[in-house]
Amino acid sequence: MLTAVLILAILALVFGLLLGYAAIRFKVEGDPVADKIDAILPQTQCGQCGFAGCRPYAEAIAKGEADINQCPPGGEAVILSLADLLGKDPKPLNAEHGEAKDIKTVVVIDEQQCIGCTLCIQACPVDAIIGAAKLMHTVIKAECTGCNLCIPPCPVDCIHIVPVGTTLQSWKWPSPEKTVAATEAVTP
Amino acid sequence: MSTITTPLSGPHTHAQRSTGQIMALVTFALLPATAFGFYLFGWPAFNLWLLTIVSALLSEAVTLWIARKPVLFYLGDGSALLSAWLLAMTLPPWAPWWIAVMGGVIAIVLGKQVFGGIGQNLFNPAMLARVVLLISFPVELTSWVTPQVIGGSTSPSFIEGLMITFRGYTIDTVSSASVLGHVRTEVSAGHHLSTLMSQMPSPEDMGLGFMSGSMGETSAAFIIMGGIFLIYKRIITWHIPAAMLASTALLAMIMHGANPERYVGAGFHLTAGGIMLGAFFIATDLVTSPSTPLGKIIFGAGCGGLVYVIRTWGGYPEGVAFAVMLMNAMTPLIDHYIRPRIYGHKRRGVSLTYSGKRLESAHKFETKND
Amino acid sequence: MIHKLNRFHGGLHLPDHKAVSMQAQVTPQPLPKQLVIPLQQHIGAIDEPSVNPGERVLKGQLIARSDAHVSAPIHAPSSGTIVAIEARPVAHPSGMPAACIVIETDGKDEWTTLTPCADYTQLSPETLRQRVHEAGIVGLGGAGFPSFIKLTPGIGKVVETLILNGAECEPYITCDAMLMQARPDTVLQGAQIMLQAVQARHCLIGVEDNKPTAIAALQHALQALNDDRIRIVPIPTIYPTGGERQLIKVLTGKETPTHKLPIDVGVVCHNVATAAAVADAIIEGKPLISRYVTVTGAGIGQAHNLEVLIGTPMQTLLEECAARNVPDMQTIMGGPMMGFVVEDLQAPVIKTTNCLLHQTKPQSQAALPCIRCGECMRVCPAQLLPQQLYWHARAKDLDKTQDYKLFDCIECGCCAYVCPSHIPLVHYYRFAKTEIWAREREKLKSDHARERHEFHLQRLERKKQEDEERKRKKRELLQRAESPDDNKQDAIAAALERVKAKKAAQQVAPQNTENLTTAQQAKIDAIESRRKTLSNDSGQDEGQ
Repeated sequence: MLTAVLILAILALVFGLLLGYAAIRFKVEGDPVADKIDAILPQTQCGQCGFAGCRPYAEAIAKGEADINQCPPGGEAVILSLADLLGKDPKPLNAEHGEAKDIKTVVVIDEQQCIGCTLCIQACPVDAIIGAAKLMHTVIKAECTGCNLCIPPCPVDCIHIVPVGTTLQSWKWPSPEKTVAATEAVTP
Repeated sequence: MSTITTPLSGPHTHAQRSTGQIMALVTFALLPATAFGFYLFGWPAFNLWLLTIVSALLSEAVTLWIARKPVLFYLGDGSALLSAWLLAMTLPPWAPWWIAVMGGVIAIVLGKQVFGGIGQNLFNPAMLARVVLLISFPVELTSWVTPQVIGGSTSPSFIEGLMITFRGYTIDTVSSASVLGHVRTEVSAGHHLSTLMSQMPSPEDMGLGFMSGSMGETSAAFIIMGGIFLIYKRIITWHIPAAMLASTALLAMIMHGANPERYVGAGFHLTAGGIMLGAFFIATDLVTSPSTPLGKIIFGAGCGGLVYVIRTWGGYPEGVAFAVMLMNAMTPLIDHYIRPRIYGHKRRGVSLTYSGKRLESAHKFETKND
Repeated sequence: MIHKLNRFHGGLHLPDHKAVSMQAQVTPQPLPKQLVIPLQQHIGAIDEPSVNPGERVLKGQLIARSDAHVSAPIHAPSSGTIVAIEARPVAHPSGMPAACIVIETDGKDEWTTLTPCADYTQLSPETLRQRVHEAGIVGLGGAGFPSFIKLTPGIGKVVETLILNGAECEPYITCDAMLMQARPDTVLQGAQIMLQAVQARHCLIGVEDNKPTAIAALQHALQALNDDRIRIVPIPTIYPTGGERQLIKVLTGKETPTHKLPIDVGVVCHNVATAAAVADAIIEGKPLISRYVTVTGAGIGQAHNLEVLIGTPMQTLLEECAARNVPDMQTIMGGPMMGFVVEDLQAPVIKTTNCLLHQTKPQSQAALPCIRCGECMRVCPAQLLPQQLYWHARAKDLDKTQDYKLFDCIECGCCAYVCPSHIPLVHYYRFAKTEIWAREREKLKSDHARERHEFHLQRLERKKQEDEERKRKKRELLQRAESPDDNKQDAIAAALERVKAKKAAQQVAPQNTENLTTAQQAKIDAIESRRKTLSNDSGQDEGQ
């Protein structure tokens, strides 16, 4: 009886020490899952998912508080990657959060109309709009993520969405399936 | 904004060979062995062959129609014809009509279309059908007849052939065990092989195919002919047949050497049963075998080994269908692990490295060749 | 002397169709009215025009350049006037237009001043490279990589062998063969210059054995030259022997490691046409403004090779060679295996245009499912598993395609050529490759956006903290003011003193006070008196 208790006590002690050591030895800083999710999200910081940016959404997914289908800018590709990462079943985009865009867009400010109110500058999550109070503002096209968060605050509606055009450098070969389907549609 | 067209990528030229042609060439290679089967077993064998093919083509058409795929386009590739043809060759030649019909349906529907059609199936459709039939109807699938050569006195006429196919035949008149089955029963009854061999067909008859057995499997010579034709036409490679036959022969030689009274020799194993057809036409099925040369050798050796094991210690006298199906299941695994060394890579997939020393030696080597 | 040759995996014996365009001599194409010169004809950065519309340019004058390292300048192919710098149709699989300089030729074909060099052996490798760069020479075999970079071995790298690629393995194309036949001396001179530029020990010129005339011409010229560093090696005709890594393997037995360059195995490889262009650039000082183009195919009446100025519209070449103009014809730039269809024949000939293949559109054959026949694997010169790549590319599983080394694929098209199911395999690989590149660009962009967003948040946070700090200080001051603590009172008094002193210091002499009217003076006085009373009031307040 006594030996059994002793053995159990020693075992408990040994495993306790082992666990304690492991906790120190293999300590992981931060939340690696949230980091991985954040790496997949498109970083438009548009907030369409209902969170204040990509990082909060990533943390919410990691905690299981949000679903993986709430990111319209990421579209199907992000949902598939997230499903792959988290071992969940992919599902279609939740329409409550908006529709996926086929074409990437950025915004431009109509500089003739801009009154220099700085409201858009404050709204921009990536500081892609430059300008000062009472002076014309402009969008740095290369930095714009296309989140469109600057559009609602603008009092004179001078911010417009424009598609990002394809160049020879960014041109992609279309999927052969699409091509085959297209040619079949043309020549029945 | 620029308009984006949908270009078709090169190459803008193409070799002549198509999938349909591959199937046609394989079918062509089967012709000698099939014709010999008809000659050996008469009209019932022909009926069996025809019924299997018709039922397979019909099931293919129906399933394609259900799946809303273009029926004529896919029927034209000849793969259903080939599967049914191969199945018919592995069936007992005087089997009843419903075996043929069920076989055709099973091969196409369960063996191919449920996986998604041509190219998608995990198992060889013909072998799957044969195994299903063998397990479900063991009596019909193991009822063999002695050869009733066309033109001979015992060969059934066309009408008699129809009667045999659709009404059955009286078993005692012509029935006979297959050579493998016979050896198996006798050995397990404790008889010695040396006394048994005198009752067997001569090695020449076995090589040419004058013995009881499946409709198209008996003639090793004609099957080898077809197989060599396929290798010559670059449709199959030598790897699978060679590995399969060699591994069976090797095991047979070892066991025969250890106990000649209990285990038959390599020559017997290579000419009896379905191993030749299996090695050249069934295991080499493009869809269900590995794609790399080394993978093919492993696959073939596995088939051969399993055939010997099943024949010698398993529950059935013949094991080609089981062996091929088991190895079919291994194919994805083999293909995953056996990959060729890519140009500029080491075998493990990492980049080649050239240390200064090796580079120097390479130079020396080259200057020597100059 | 027999050179020991090696083999690469796979490959194809293709019907070569070369004889048809080798009957006639190379003829110069007449000067076209208009030349359209795209600003990008090479791999690397797009050039910036250094001329303006309306300006007159001379033949060989620099018209566009870039400061980026990987780039090649562009020169005017003939004299004339710049009429526009705008988007024009160019030869690209997308069919999209791109920025071009348009020159209206004046017919005089007047050369700019050239700097020829009689004895290049006096020039240092650096100078040679510099001149090759300035001449705008890019790889003329089809890739268009700026040649001077490949002539720069890099620090600590020793070039053992210079290889000149005269394999020209694609069917139909004969421009390199004709060049070797017509100008063998120039090719060999180019080889000598390149040997000097890379300081290589010897040079191997690999020519496929289906071009005996070219081999004979080169050998004849070599005898006259008597340079034992150079050797002409006939190699077996197997497509794609002309692939750089395949040719290196055939000639030296060395395999270029993946992600490395031939220079890492001591080899530098250039096209024979590039060598000729280098000779012209160094010896005569001529920049790259023209090239040989094969115009051939079933739809061409008189197939032959033309010497064409860069910028000549493809349409004029086809007309020159009596192309049949039937609706179901298509024109391919490059060979039938790796070329692409040119949608708009107004697109100009560029530095990498080696062949125009005019033929009937192949009947589009619907692809059947893969039957795993493995023929693609047997012919793949990179020894990849094309069917695995195909499945993963089709499923858009881009990570898996990279596991199966998609980027080791040279897009030679052997797999698609032999595929009995007529699956457009190369199309799948190109799709997957561009998709991966796009994804990487996207990834870079999103990482950048994340950084900027984090910075944005930090900035907001800092601002908030600063605001709070200010508020806290204010609150502290208020609290001190309210509490009757002497120390605090003293502190406040001291602060007020400081303020007063500051105000006093700021009371500088008023400006513009001379020549004031009396009315103005009166106004000022009134204001001053008001201010005084106000400050006195506040002083009293302080006292309380």
